[in-house]
Amino acid sequence: MKSRIYLLFITLTALTLALFATDLALGPVNIPLPQVWDALCGGECPTTSARIVTDIRLIKAIVAVLCGMALSVSGLQMQTLFRNPLAGPYVLGISSGASLGVALFVLGAPLFGFAGEMMSLGVAGSAWVGAAVVLVFIAAVGRKVKDIMVILILGMMFSSGIGAVVQILQYLSQEEALKSYVLWTMGSLGDVTSGELAIMIPSVAAGLIIAVITIKSLNILLFGEEYAITMGLDIRRSRMLLFLSTTLLAGTVTAFCGPIGFIGLAMPHVSRMLTADSDHRVLLPATALAGASVMLGCDLISKMLALPINAVTSIIGIPIVVWVVLKNNKSTAS
Amino acid sequence: MIRLHDFSIGYGEHRLLENADTRIPGRKITALIGRNGAGKSTLLRAIAGLNKRYSGNISIDGHNIADMSPAAMARTLSLVTTERTRIPDMSCRDVVAVGRAPYTNWIGHMREEDRQIVDRALNEVGMAEYADRTMDTMSDGECQRIMIARALAQSTPVILLDEPTSFLDLPNRYELCSLLRQLAHENDRCILFSTHELDIALSMCDHIALIDSPTLHCLPAEEMARSGLLERLFSNNNVTFDPKKGSVCLK
Repeated sequence: MKSRIYLLFITLTALTLALFATDLALGPVNIPLPQVWDALCGGECPTTSARIVTDIRLIKAIVAVLCGMALSVSGLQMQTLFRNPLAGPYVLGISSGASLGVALFVLGAPLFGFAGEMMSLGVAGSAWVGAAVVLVFIAAVGRKVKDIMVILILGMMFSSGIGAVVQILQYLSQEEALKSYVLWTMGSLGDVTSGELAIMIPSVAAGLIIAVITIKSLNILLFGEEYAITMGLDIRRSRMLLFLSTTLLAGTVTAFCGPIGFIGLAMPHVSRMLTADSDHRVLLPATALAGASVMLGCDLISKMLALPINAVTSIIGIPIVVWVVLKNNKSTAS
Repeated sequence: MIRLHDFSIGYGEHRLLENADTRIPGRKITALIGRNGAGKSTLLRAIAGLNKRYSGNISIDGHNIADMSPAAMARTLSLVTTERTRIPDMSCRDVVAVGRAPYTNWIGHMREEDRQIVDRALNEVGMAEYADRTMDTMSDGECQRIMIARALAQSTPVILLDEPTSFLDLPNRYELCSLLRQLAHENDRCILFSTHELDIALSMCDHIALIDSPTLHCLPAEEMARSGLLERLFSNNNVTFDPKKGSVCLK
């Protein structure tokens, strides 16, 4: 590997670590740095400060890293699989499936008398089930349909259809339920409990491991499915693994943090620009690291300005996506 | 050698080929010709294992392709399609290296032997100087050569090409065909490519496979020129085929 790439990885890792540390040090409550350090290492410091650092900031920073890695890697997989620079983790309808699950749960929850911890776990669980149901449907269609573009269009239409159903549910729902649904759609990194983190870490890790296994397939898929088949790729197996990995990554994040936009779409492009390489052995880890650091940065901004995380990721992600569209337009025009 | 046995293919009622029995010889370059819509691409895709909706058998060097695993198939046959593949930010060497995919490990690690094969493939198509360039700055003819080098790196006894000359100007067409001819003769490959260039096919190929729906004829080029099949297929009210010149001309 070229030395430039090594340097890039060292820089990205250092940047991620630095942002992680800053994310721990900064917050609405001012805690002096030595106290933050003591809280992390189990030294002596006031109990409230220790609790803020370990129970709130640490968990939130870990969630931001998981979130950034998962969405970005999933976006990269979908862009390569569909050979479409505007594909992202949500093209298969994972976020709409998750939102239908949440909408149904939030509406139904008062009937079953759920509240408190049960409520947040229920929201996550129903989002996950919703995302998985969409995946099973798309995978079943994928076995019958050969053309990957048909799957892409079906996924988009499916999303719009579910969106309509969710709107009807919102229209019919009570104010209280509507509010908790809308809050979920704004996204939040801070609602994850340590118990939920224990589910989130292994799910995202499993998704990332499968992503690493599919690196060679992704490199072959750059040439399109026909070339991939003649180069010995088992296309059905690769598609299944990619769908499974994306659901584990994007589905889990969406379940616990809500649908977070534009990170998954934008970060693969950022890492392509940074690495100037199409080899997924370089691109995949670079995308994961870039995603983690940008998500930590977004969390810092959202904390400082007290904005919902989804608003911040959109404001940062949209210019990148616009830049990609303009750049593609320029390269086809020339 | 590619052998079609009792081979039929077509869409519904419209049969493109019926009960074809043909051999396409090894170590030779064979041009696949036929009118538009005769099924040239369909036949190539069937032999490449991309279209399985046919009846009868296709075998390569005695092995039925229906019984071959995707991995075994990838070591037997490589394909260059009509698609103009241009992958941004990927050097030509890396594009050709992907052709080694059937032989590399789970992460695609290139051994010394694989690297040598890639360099040799680039040399054989005369593109060694382009190894570090990316395809987005290259002409159609140069990209076509890189995709052929990728097929060569796959080290398969059979190479299929779907209309490799269609994006090229006249000198490049002849140059590409003489390259393919050389590869067939010197590297012991069985090369089958579809084309609309009758004169190139007749002057530079060893054999001609002609789709005269629903029949498939495969004859040595000279015999094909004399057979009368070309006159019949490529003549209409305005043009006719001249076997002496080996080309289509106005009446």
